Formats: sequence, C-alpha cells, structure tokens
Amino acid sequence: MTLTDDLARLEATATGRARPRATVRHRHLSERPLVFVPLTTAGEAGAPLGALIGTERTSPRLLVVPQPRDRDLRFAFLAQLADTVLPYVESYADDVEAAERTETDPETGKRVKVEVDLCADAPQLIVPSRAGIEFVRLLGRSTRFRRTAEQDPDTPHPAPPRVPLLGRWLTHFGERARVPGSALLLAMTDLLSRHWATGQSSLEEQHLGALLAWIEAPAGGSGAEAALRAELARDAAGQLLCPPAGPATDPAFDNDLLAPAVERYDRARTALAAAEDGLAADARLAELTAAEREIRALVESRTRPTWDAVWRGLDALCTLPAAERAEDRWRSDRWSFTAHRDRVAAGEPPQPRRDDAVTAAQKLATREREQARLDAQEALDDPLVMAGRRLRGEAFAGEVTQVVMAYGEGRSPRPRPLVTVRTADRPHLDEGVKVYRSLGGKPQAAQFVTYAADGGDGRDGGAALVLRILDKMGRGKEPEPGSVPEAGDRLCWTLFEHEQRGGPKLPDPEDTPWTHGGPPDATAESPDPVTAEDTL
Amino acid sequence: MTPAPPASPAAPAAFDPAAAAARATDAILRDTLHGTHRGVVVDSPPGAGKSTLVVRAARELAAAGRPLMVVAQTNAQVDDLVLRLAEKDPELPVGRLHSSDSDPYDKALDALANVRKSTKAADLAGLDVVVSTAAKWAHVRGVEPWGHAIVDEAYQMRSDGLLAVAGLFERALFVGDPGQLDPFAIAEAEQWAGLAYDPSASAVSTLLAHNPELPQHRLPVSWRLPASAAPLVSDAFYPFTPFRSGTGPGDRALDFGVPSDGSGPDRVIDEAAATGWGLLELPARHTPRTDPEAVRAVALVVRRLLDRGGVTTSERSAEPAPLTADRVAVGTAHRDQAAAVRAALAGLGVVDVTVDTANRLQGREYDVTVVLHPLSGRPDATAFHLETGRLCVLASRHRHACVVVCRAGVDALLDDHPDTEPVQLGVTVKFPDGWDAMMTTWDHLSAHRVPWRP
Repeated sequence: MTLTDDLARLEATATGRARPRATVRHRHLSERPLVFVPLTTAGEAGAPLGALIGTERTSPRLLVVPQPRDRDLRFAFLAQLADTVLPYVESYADDVEAAERTETDPETGKRVKVEVDLCADAPQLIVPSRAGIEFVRLLGRSTRFRRTAEQDPDTPHPAPPRVPLLGRWLTHFGERARVPGSALLLAMTDLLSRHWATGQSSLEEQHLGALLAWIEAPAGGSGAEAALRAELARDAAGQLLCPPAGPATDPAFDNDLLAPAVERYDRARTALAAAEDGLAADARLAELTAAEREIRALVESRTRPTWDAVWRGLDALCTLPAAERAEDRWRSDRWSFTAHRDRVAAGEPPQPRRDDAVTAAQKLATREREQARLDAQEALDDPLVMAGRRLRGEAFAGEVTQVVMAYGEGRSPRPRPLVTVRTADRPHLDEGVKVYRSLGGKPQAAQFVTYAADGGDGRDGGAALVLRILDKMGRGKEPEPGSVPEAGDRLCWTLFEHEQRGGPKLPDPEDTPWTHGGPPDATAESPDPVTAEDTL
Repeated sequence: MTPAPPASPAAPAAFDPAAAAARATDAILRDTLHGTHRGVVVDSPPGAGKSTLVVRAARELAAAGRPLMVVAQTNAQVDDLVLRLAEKDPELPVGRLHSSDSDPYDKALDALANVRKSTKAADLAGLDVVVSTAAKWAHVRGVEPWGHAIVDEAYQMRSDGLLAVAGLFERALFVGDPGQLDPFAIAEAEQWAGLAYDPSASAVSTLLAHNPELPQHRLPVSWRLPASAAPLVSDAFYPFTPFRSGTGPGDRALDFGVPSDGSGPDRVIDEAAATGWGLLELPARHTPRTDPEAVRAVALVVRRLLDRGGVTTSERSAEPAPLTADRVAVGTAHRDQAAAVRAALAGLGVVDVTVDTANRLQGREYDVTVVLHPLSGRPDATAFHLETGRLCVLASRHRHACVVVCRAGVDALLDDHPDTEPVQLGVTVKFPDGWDAMMTTWDHLSAHRVPWRP
C-alpha cells in the first residue's frame, strides 16, 4: 500500500464512492473469457453443488448436482464441466505463431535459439472471488489423479473419460494464478480492487456484490450504503437479496431452501426405485424430475446474480484503456499455456502432488521475478501508480535544467554526460545509486552523482540532482541524437530496474544435492487410493 | 537444537569466558577438519566472534591443504572477510570472485598483494581460499567442486540459495545467528510450508531437516554485548540457548564530560550510561510511520550524545576512547523512518552517524545505539513489526548502551494484538515468538523509562 492508495481509500470512505487506484487496466482481458461461477455444498470440502459457466453473457450453461453427496452425480457434473471447459481450452491450442526461444543444446551445451510454436491466444478463466480460485485448485487436485475405465479397467469407480484431463488443466490454471501479474485465471474481486479503492477492508472486498456497489454508485448516491445492503439485506423469508459470490452458500439458503429440496429429491428417487409397475414409475419419475427442476431453479437463482455481477465487473474494467505492458505479461501466459499444451500432448503424467525441491525453487524464483516485473511495469504504465512510488522515495520526476557533456576514462573515452534534474520529490538516493528512465521503451541507466550545490539537498522539498548517464547512447564518441536528455525535458526516473534479470540455473532434479535430501524418488505417482469417504 | 550445556548459573565466579569460547572453537574446528559428517552447523549469538571463527577455520583448512570456497550473503560481507583474512595472514593466496557490475568490490582489496580478483571462477582455481557471494556462486558452472566450503550468515540465506550452490562443495561449515532476521520471499510461498525443502525457509532449516545427524555447535560468549545487555538479549531472543557476555559488569564504562541539562534526552542518556539501557517515552499517540516528534527526539538524543563529550572505557584499550560520531548508530524498522532521521540529524548539523534499518545493520557493531522502537505510535502490531529478528538486531548492536525512543502504550498494544500467525503443519514453531520477545524487552526497558513531553 502506498500513500496514494491510502488517500484513495480515505476519499472513498469520505464520499461513499470508489476512487480509482489506476488510470489504465493492468491485466489482460480476453475477448472471450470463460466465466465460471461455482457453488459448493456445506459440510463436505469441495463437493460441488452446481455452477454457471460459459463465454456468452446471456446464455450460461447451468450445471447442477441435485444430491451433492452422490458420487455418480458428482462425476456426471465433472463430466459436463469437462465438456464445457476442455473444448474452450482446446479451441486455443491449434492457432499458433512462430516464436523464438533460447534453449540449451543437449549436444554442445551452448545456448541456441530455436524456433517453436507459441499459441496466438490463450484461454482465460474468470471466477467471482479468490475463494473461487481455491475451488478451481481443489477441483484440479481431486480429479487429476482419477483413473478412467480406459486407463485402468479394474478401477472400482472409474471417472468419465475426460475428467482427469480437466483436473490437469484446472491444476495448471490454479498454479499459474499464483504468478504475480498472470491472467490465465483471475478473480473478479482481485481485478476490481486492483483498479478501485473503496472504504472497505480487504476482507470485505472479497464480497463481489459489495465491491461493485461501491464502484457502480451513481452520482450523488452512496456506494457505502449500497454495499451494506448488498452484504446484509434479506427478504421477508430471510434470504439474502444479493447472494454471496460463493463458492460457499448462505446458511439460511442451505437450511430453509436447499436442504428441504434435496430431501424431496431423495424421497422421489427412493420412491422411483421402489415403483412396482410402469404406471407408478412414470408418475414417480415425473415427481423426481420436478424435484430436480426445483433444485436447478434454486442453484440458478443463487448463481445468476453473481454471474451478472462478474460481467458488470468486466464492463467496469473495460472502461479503462489497456495498459501497454500488460500485453507483455499476457505473452508469458501464452507461453505457459503453450508449454502445458505440449506436456499434455506428449503424454506426460499429471502434475505431482508435491513439488520437488528444484521445481519449488524454480517456481518461487519465477514468482519473485514476475512480482518485481509487475511492480515496475505497473508504475511505468500508470502515472497514478508511479506517483505512489515517487511518494515512497522510489522514483522522482523533474525537469532537466542543465546538461554538461563529459567523458568516461579509458583509452577510447565514452560519453558520460552529466544531467542536472530539478525535482520536488524526495528520492532515497545515496551516492552511486543507479536510476533508470524509459527511453523508447528501453531503460536508460544513470548514476546519482551528487546534489547540485545551489539546488538544495532534497530535505526541504526541492532539490537539484546531478546524474551521470551511463548507456544507450550508441557506440560512437558522440552520443546518438535524442539519447541524451535536454534542458527543459520533463523526465521520470526510477530507483528500481525496469527489466528483471534471469536467476541462476538450478541443478536438474536428479542432481538435487545432499543438503536438500538428494534426488527425489523417480517412480511415478500412484492414483489417489479409494477411501471410505469416496463411497459415502 | 543440540542442548549444549549452558554455563552453570550456580557458579558464576567460576565461568571463564575466554576458556569457554576456546573450548567451543576447538570442538568446531575438530568436527570441521577431522569429523566424518558432511556438514557442521554453528549458532552464534550477536558479537560472539563468528567472523573470527570463520577466518580461523579458513586458515586452518588452507593450512591442511584443503581447497576452500567461502559463501557470504552480501558483497560487503565478502570484502570484509577478505580484508580480515589478509590482515591475519598476508601470505595466504585468496581469490575474490566478483560480479561484472561496475564497482563490484571494495577498492581496498586492490592494495592486497595476495588477493586475486576475477569475474570467472576458473581464473581463481588453485588458490587456497576463494570468497564470493551466494548470488555469484550460484552462476558458477563447469568447475571442479571444492572439497570444503564455509557458508557464512547461513541463517540469512534462503533454502533455494543453498540449492543453487550446494553442488559446488563436498562438505561445509555453516555459521550464522539464528536470532537475526529470517530470510523472506516477495512472492507467495505458502504452498511449500511444511516441506523439508521449502525454498523460502532458511538454508539451515532445510539442511537440518534432511540431515538431522549433523553436529551442531554454539558459541557461548558475546564479546560485543556488555554485561548489562547480554542477559536480556539472551533471555528474550535465545531462551533455550543462553549465552554470556565476555566482560563483567565493571569492565566497561560510558562517561560524559558535560553534565546533564535536565532535559529528557540528557536524562535518558545518563540512564543508559549508568545501566546500559534507556527508554525515552513520548506521550501515547497514533502517528504516521515517520512520527515527526519521535524522529526529532531520536535526533536530539544523538546530538546530545556527541555534544556531551562522551568517553568509553573498555577492555579494548588502556586509555578511555572518545565517543565519536562513527561509533554511534541509529536503527529503525523502515527505510522512510531512516530517511526522516537522517534529515533531522542533518538539520541539527550531525553527520557521519550511521542511520539504517535493521536489515542493513545486521552484523555491525557500535558503542552506543539509538533505536526507534518498531511499535512506536502504531495502531496495530503486524507480523513485520513483531518479527523477533528485527528487534533482536536493533537491541544487540551496541558495546556500551542502547537508547530506545518510543511512544507510550506498547504494552497495551501488545495486549490488543495477540500473535495470530497461522499454524502450518510440519513447520517447526519458532521460539520465542515476536510477541513474547517484545513483551520481555518491553518489561526490561520499562525499568529504565524516562518520560518526556517534547
């Protein structure tokens, strides 16, 4: 949190309406996102109750598990989910463009460029809240080790054919969502709270309805009051007017509406099984169908408002212009999608339950690098974010007042011009600290030399800094035109680097050193054993 | 933790710090040079002679003809180590592996005849000792592994950092201070919590989780902390591995030529000079991080410390030494606080006093420190502000006295914010927790309280 964010929150609290935290949209949004609004059943971790899913705002597909404890019905739900998710994912798999990647040549050990396919676009899954992302992970974990009858004819409870594949893709989405700045799987609440500040705590911001109420407040209206209503208001029957975004449901809904409906469904099913002749069976089948239809209506009534809210959130986000560098990060998402597509196509086993030491270290290194990249890129893309960094002393903006040509030492002296910048910011500068500015999209480095003699020293709100430009001036003795700032230029310099260096190469997993327990067990992971809970 | 026997409290008179430290050092060197285990772990409390141990172990390994690589965490630590090695043994061939950035090492190394510097490990092959940072070692490829390594500040190294360099050596001596700041990750790492090789954990915890049989030693004497500070730091931050101060209560003194003017800063300075600790307590108030009153109070204390003609008496020299600006440091929790204190000091005409955050003060030593309490003026106590290591670093940099500046009400704040860190399966709970350490130090400091309304 920076001072600008604190200010925005205070203003939001004071006015009752959301305030912008960004002037551009910092995440890539697909033209055809797959919106997924799942619900779970209370009492059993990860037992799906139903979902609305689809890419068309007006015609989502409703999936329902009328008796969430029934494993066959659950598998049927997962099969339907796979029927929706996998064709969507696979529709992005074949449209590729050529790209270059640096790889280590296995024979020479040298780094060489190879031409590979990169998917031209990638799927994007959007769930209402962060708990939805957790649920995607949970679905992935619970299905990717299932065996189908084709894989293992002896398995007692075979999964429908495409369910394990669904689990692998959901796992990939869930893991990718942990990478800062990634956009394969996004939570709408995170997206909205990245771009708007409200007067709520970060926990309260997990309520999509309340968050939208702040953002959509009409001129003169109070978003705070609307948010309170979204959170608490109930109808005469005691049901929430704005159902929670889930996947957990409201207990009043569970007790008063869902439980009786499921009970009716169970009774109808038992009755149908006990029917003695065709006529009776027909009548009881009609009862069962009615009971099922009732549950479907209940699930739809609780997911549809959230579904609409997610699309309204997308509307709100689309009012912001896309950030330039968000496309860069989306390219990384496309690489990630392409790589997993290739792993699936190559017949590799599902992602292991636990990462080995090397994989864990690699993932952490990637996430840290991406976090630093995200922080830098958001600031460079967005003056409002940069203002926050400037207030933290991590960047400064100012006017160039003087440029003195100077040269470095050595046999062929290189240009090292000294630039004086007058700024009202207070950067945390020590002698020799490097600063960077964006020059044609590439960072140009300079070194802080000293505070100019007559310009103050930055402590009373105004300073003139002398910087020595270090690079991007071409190869000649004279700097290339336009590569050196000129007096009168207004520039923004950052103390953080714009681009991240790659980390060191880690050993291969089979060379894991003794300090980390040696190489991991190479045998393939067995599928999840069937426990008593699987056959309740 | 190996329960190394603490010095018996029943017979304090019989405790000979030099002998105890020598015994510990001998045992460490025996295990390192002649032991059968691939690793040896040494826990060192603040100022217990860790650097001296590293230099001595490096020289003995070199003397035994075993090629040695030394892994430190920062370039400053590496340069410091090379200088110490050269000072002890100017003939020892030492390699300084450095990065290709501009100004990669301390220019003082250029004056040393037997120190070779290079960006390539291959250029330094065959030298007795090669020293570099963990980050640089991680990029070294295609060289013959070293027989021995010393990993310095191993508790500040992350597990993934060790993973990247562990292929370079056969055996290693791991030295560090478990009480200082733990390494941290700037990205989500919770999914690996509880795994033995959690990449965001410290190198030592991964090492010991996989190799629990490794011998673990402890340096029992702090030569830096005075007799007034060692018991508190030991109790608050090392309750299960106590240590002693190397000097007795009368061995060090801090005196001032100019008498107190009766102001708050002067009174707290006198309290600290007499007892080793002083708490300058400002009226309770919720403030921004860069609380102008507290920052000014810190600056005033420093100004008065220098103005009052302080002299320090210690075992280091026969003559009392003047308390100069370079022997005083100010410690804060945040960088913006440090910047505010620097600005306030400049306003009072004070230069050359080190002002830095706990992270950057690790491993440094001063005669007197002035600390802005991490919880001063806060409405809440977050995990960051409660972190044990942060307070431990701030409270253990001084040889004579430590003055803490704080808003009143820390005890109530702590009562309002019990520790709520989630418990992770498989993760060893760290004792003491930050809350507990805060409370212990606050109780002690309260006895040296000087209330002051600026």
